[in-house]
This record gives sequence, structure tokens and C-alpha cells, in this order.
Amino acid sequence: MQGVQIDLISEERLASLTTPEKIRLILDGVKQGNIVVLEKGLAPEEASKLIEVTMMEISPDGFSGIEMETYPAKEAGAGLAGFLSRIAGKRPGSRLTVIGPANQIRMIKKEKDLISAWVSSR
Amino acid sequence: MSFLIKTRKRISRFLKVFFRKRRARIGIYGPPNAGKTTLANRIVRDWTGDAMGPVSEIPHETRRARRKENITITGLNGNSVDIDIVDTPGVTTKIDYREFMEYGLEHDEAVKRAREATEGVAEAMHWLREDIDGVIYMLDSTLDPFLQVNIMMVGIIESRKLPVIIVANKIDLPDASPGRIKSAFPQHPVVPISSLEGSNVEQLYEQMTELFG
Repeated sequence: MQGVQIDLISEERLASLTTPEKIRLILDGVKQGNIVVLEKGLAPEEASKLIEVTMMEISPDGFSGIEMETYPAKEAGAGLAGFLSRIAGKRPGSRLTVIGPANQIRMIKKEKDLISAWVSSR
Repeated sequence: MSFLIKTRKRISRFLKVFFRKRRARIGIYGPPNAGKTTLANRIVRDWTGDAMGPVSEIPHETRRARRKENITITGLNGNSVDIDIVDTPGVTTKIDYREFMEYGLEHDEAVKRAREATEGVAEAMHWLREDIDGVIYMLDSTLDPFLQVNIMMVGIIESRKLPVIIVANKIDLPDASPGRIKSAFPQHPVVPISSLEGSNVEQLYEQMTELFG
């Protein structure tokens, strides 16, 4: 049967992994042609390392990189709670993230509460 | 010269060596073809008379970060800042050598360009985490600023607590919409410029003296 594998990785599973383990899990999946969906997105430092490692693993006629999309971060709430979290430097958490092989996935539409992607099999 | 004057001069030199403020390293980051090298060339030419690197319409013309040291920028407000400018390769999450062949490059040349570009982007990301004190994040104001790579990069810069100026470049083009960039990143100063024509760069210089000084 031809098709595309989708790996949905829970927040709990992600929380139990170190940054290198998360990056390995994502890139190993994507390099096999899978779509990886993270219930909770990567921290900025992890995203930075993901880009760096992705670049190092790109090869001619092989892996050409990743396509990635996430919902926009939630705004800090209004009122006192939002004000306090802003002055405390708390950043809104990252949200559900879709990652796939650049040569197989195209993001069609992204809104604050919807991501549409088109995926081709290899 | 009396002993007291000599001693005072020695102490003064000692203090200068130990308390001299290090020049801020300012990285120009952004997606490919946003005009980073054109801006770097303009800054370097305006303040030193030199040039930084070649520009091209083929993406990833800059494949190694280039640094120009010891540039003093003075704003219209009279404030000055001493910086090193680092022009970086365009940040992306994908590079396919076949894209370069569409611009007329031969296979081997395209593969070489792709390999160098990937190494350059990896290096630029590493520098951002380790070696950069402030960022000019450059965007093409004719394009959608809400691309994931831009959101991610600004998030990375914010998490490092680096001062950042968002530059909405290419305002000389008819489709330019710097307002869209301002609405995408309301938490940061956004300066609309044309680095090619030099329009509004004075405002950028002023913002740099305020933010990176």
C-alpha cells in the first residue's frame, strides 16, 4: 500500500526527550518521508538547532530539508494576568507544529487556528 | 613629568584596557534575497568607503558569513555606536540544488552552491547563538512576512534577548507593504528602507545608535 506515514508525537513524549533526541526523532522521521506532528512545538533554542542540523544533513539528490509550520503563538492575556506575565518575561508557549520533507509537503494555508498542507507520497 | 602624572596616565591606560566596551557584533539576518548584502555594502560604504560582498538575484549568493570590523555609525541625533557588521547567508529550512539550475547554473556548480549554502546557514545559526550582540532582521516588504522561518528566527532572537531592528526593505518597489511587516512584528522597531536606493537609511542609522549603543 502506497501512502504517507504521519507521526503524531504527544507533549508528554516530547517533554521526556532532550533537545538532541527531539531533533533526531524529527529528522529521522522526516528523512524517511514521514510527516511529523508535534503536539507542542519546539523552544526557540531547539528550533535554532533544528535548522542547523537540517542544513548539515542536506545532500544532493537526497534530503533537501524540511517544511515546517506552526500556529501563531497565543497572545498573552489582557488585564492584570497578561500584564504580569509580560513584565515577568514569560513568552507564550509554542503550539502544534507540522514538519515534513521539503520535497513532499506544501503548506497551502495558515491561519491563527488552521494549517492546511498538501502532501505527496515519494 | 612628575611621578604623579605618570602614575595617573598608567592607571588611566589600565582602566581603558579593562573597562573598554567591546564593539557590538551586529548580525544582518533574514531569508534569502531580502537584500542583506546590499544593506551591508551600503553601511560599510557609507561609513568606511569599502565594500562587503557581491550581490546577485540568484538566492544564496552569500554563502559564508562576512564580517567587517570597526565601523562607527553616527545618527542624525549626534549619537555614535562602534560595531562590527556580520553579513550572513539567508536563513532557510530547505535548499535544493535544482533551484539554482533554474537560474542557468550547471549541475556541478549548483550542487557546489547548495553545499556551501547549507554550511553557511548552519554557521550563521551557530553564530546567532554564540557570537552576536544585536540583530538587523531584514525582510523583503513585497513578500508575506508571516513565513514560518521569519517567525522562528524572531522567536530565536527574542529568546537570546538580543536587541533587534526589523528592516522592511525594497520600499522602492510598487508592491512594497512595510505596514504588513509592522503588523507582523509590533513588539519591535520596524524601519522601512530601500537599501538599493538608500532611501530612509538615516532613520536606520539613528535607530542603530539608539538600540546597539
